[in-house]
Amino acid sequence: MSDRLSVFKTYKLFVGGKFPRSESGRVYEVTDSKGKWLANAPLSSRKDARDAVVAARKAFGGWSGATAYNRGQILYRVAEMLEGRREQFVAEVADAEGLSKSKAAAQVDAAIDRWVWYAGWTDKIAQIAGGTNPVAGPFFNVSSPEPTGVVAVLAPQESSLLGLVSVIAPAIAAGNTVVVVTSERSPLPALSLGEVLATSDVPGGVVNVLSGKTAEIAAPLAAHQDVNAIDLAGADAELAKALEVAAADNLKRVLRPQPVDWAADPGTERLMAFLETKTVWHPTGSLGAGGSSY
Amino acid sequence: MPTVPANGNEAAERLASMAAVTASDGALRRFLHGLPGVDPVGLEARAAALGTRSIKTTAKAYAIDLAISMIDLTTLEGADTPGKVRALSAKALNPDPTDRETPRTAAVCVYPDMVATAAEAVRGSDVKVASVATAFPAGRAALPVKLADTADAVAAGAHEIDMVIDRGAFLAGRYLSVFEEIKAVKEACRRPDGSAARLKVIFETGELSTYDNIRRASWLGMLAGADFIKTSTGKVAVNATPANTLLMLEAVRDFRDATGVQVGVKPAGGIRTTKDAMKFLVLVNETVGEEWLTNEWFRFGASSLLNDLLMQRQKLSTGRYSGPDYVTVD
Repeated sequence: MSDRLSVFKTYKLFVGGKFPRSESGRVYEVTDSKGKWLANAPLSSRKDARDAVVAARKAFGGWSGATAYNRGQILYRVAEMLEGRREQFVAEVADAEGLSKSKAAAQVDAAIDRWVWYAGWTDKIAQIAGGTNPVAGPFFNVSSPEPTGVVAVLAPQESSLLGLVSVIAPAIAAGNTVVVVTSERSPLPALSLGEVLATSDVPGGVVNVLSGKTAEIAAPLAAHQDVNAIDLAGADAELAKALEVAAADNLKRVLRPQPVDWAADPGTERLMAFLETKTVWHPTGSLGAGGSSY
Repeated sequence: MPTVPANGNEAAERLASMAAVTASDGALRRFLHGLPGVDPVGLEARAAALGTRSIKTTAKAYAIDLAISMIDLTTLEGADTPGKVRALSAKALNPDPTDRETPRTAAVCVYPDMVATAAEAVRGSDVKVASVATAFPAGRAALPVKLADTADAVAAGAHEIDMVIDRGAFLAGRYLSVFEEIKAVKEACRRPDGSAARLKVIFETGELSTYDNIRRASWLGMLAGADFIKTSTGKVAVNATPANTLLMLEAVRDFRDATGVQVGVKPAGGIRTTKDAMKFLVLVNETVGEEWLTNEWFRFGASSLLNDLLMQRQKLSTGRYSGPDYVTVD
């Protein structure tokens, strides 16, 4: 067997449920923590970002309109598929982050558990973020959380899988669609995650994965008029400032970068980050002597 | 031989000089079947090759404005209401309210019963009203009905008439009856004051089966006095493609060489993106040249294309990608 030719994997983007190369045709070399070459990854251009936004917008109607229960089932399915490819992800995370096998395995397990956590949350967000409000008038007043829309996510630079899952899962659990820019130095687990999503009943376009230089791809996404929110988790302070300025143009919702321990209990903060509250006033009519108007 | 436009009196004289080939069904069939056959592989390869041009920056800005000015902004739905037609006309007059520099579209294209509404809405501007007629889109009605349909639209104020040919007669080989029908409709386009609405003849290329048939139909339409030849109704599976439009452009070029009469071309249906539109403009420039690069002689029959052109235009002027929230829904 020693003279068998190596079969290298061509890492590709994940856009609209398909696996295209970068529109620009460019790639860059990805190395492990010691500088050893691992693979070439696509170096996305702003046109890839544009195409990804179009795909995410197209998917938004179906995904946000799906029942929360259905979204939960699909996210749980992602966890199942990820579990089946655990070994591959352990190897990729170990290479990417320079971890021992056991530490990498802990990261992957935590990432799988995080999908399950957010899968469970899909049909419970409305109970904690919405509700009926007491108002001083003859109205039923109901608030319900609705997804913000297309969310651009800059994945954390250091935590290549757990950090990535921790930022995209809450966004899509809430019914948003996502364009995610992977960790610049360690994009391979994210690109492989695209393959998992493609086989998990997640409709094409709900998650779109772009690898490349974060600053290059993030700039057009932050300025894009059809992106509704941006999560700056993977941006350094200087880049985050520039992106927030660009994002102000169409009043994008911006989640600023903050130090996060990805291994800790995620809480509901990121679930709530990309929701809009719709409040409905419904007249009850006069409930006086004439009785109910119903 | 100087070139004359198809809608002038000189054109009628030039066409009269071709009367020999349209004198009888036999003569017309001999002429149309005597046209050179089309090489489909070569045609498609050339159309595809011309579609690979890279058009950027200032050239792209020019192409976008040109394409907007060539659009026949179309709504041909059973659900059309006067309100929708007025909204469409307002969009034709002022495609991008955030940028008044945006050119107007060439025309709005509606069903005959909506012509009066559209004409009222665009009155006083250079935006034309085009109306489909002759039992559009199938064309399955008796000739008097088709002529009444046409005359009705012209009387209501249509500047242009988009007629459909009788594909059944054409495919059955009854070329002279198609020819006579087009001539009769052209006659019905006349107004009492002696002027006439321009006539666009729709072949419904998706139903003609072969490229040879498209070439024959093009010549047949032009011999009968078409001011424009148009690919399709937009109501069948295959509409305008680069290949069939290239073929019609070649027919227009050859017809001008033979008779000196200039005829316009209008691809319609299925052209939705700026990229598509620019491919067609390249075809025009490379086949018939700059004389056709104006909305007098080249049109796009489209509705959603305009939104994509406007989004690209906004991207060029602001540097930011635009989105569907910044253009109208229809």
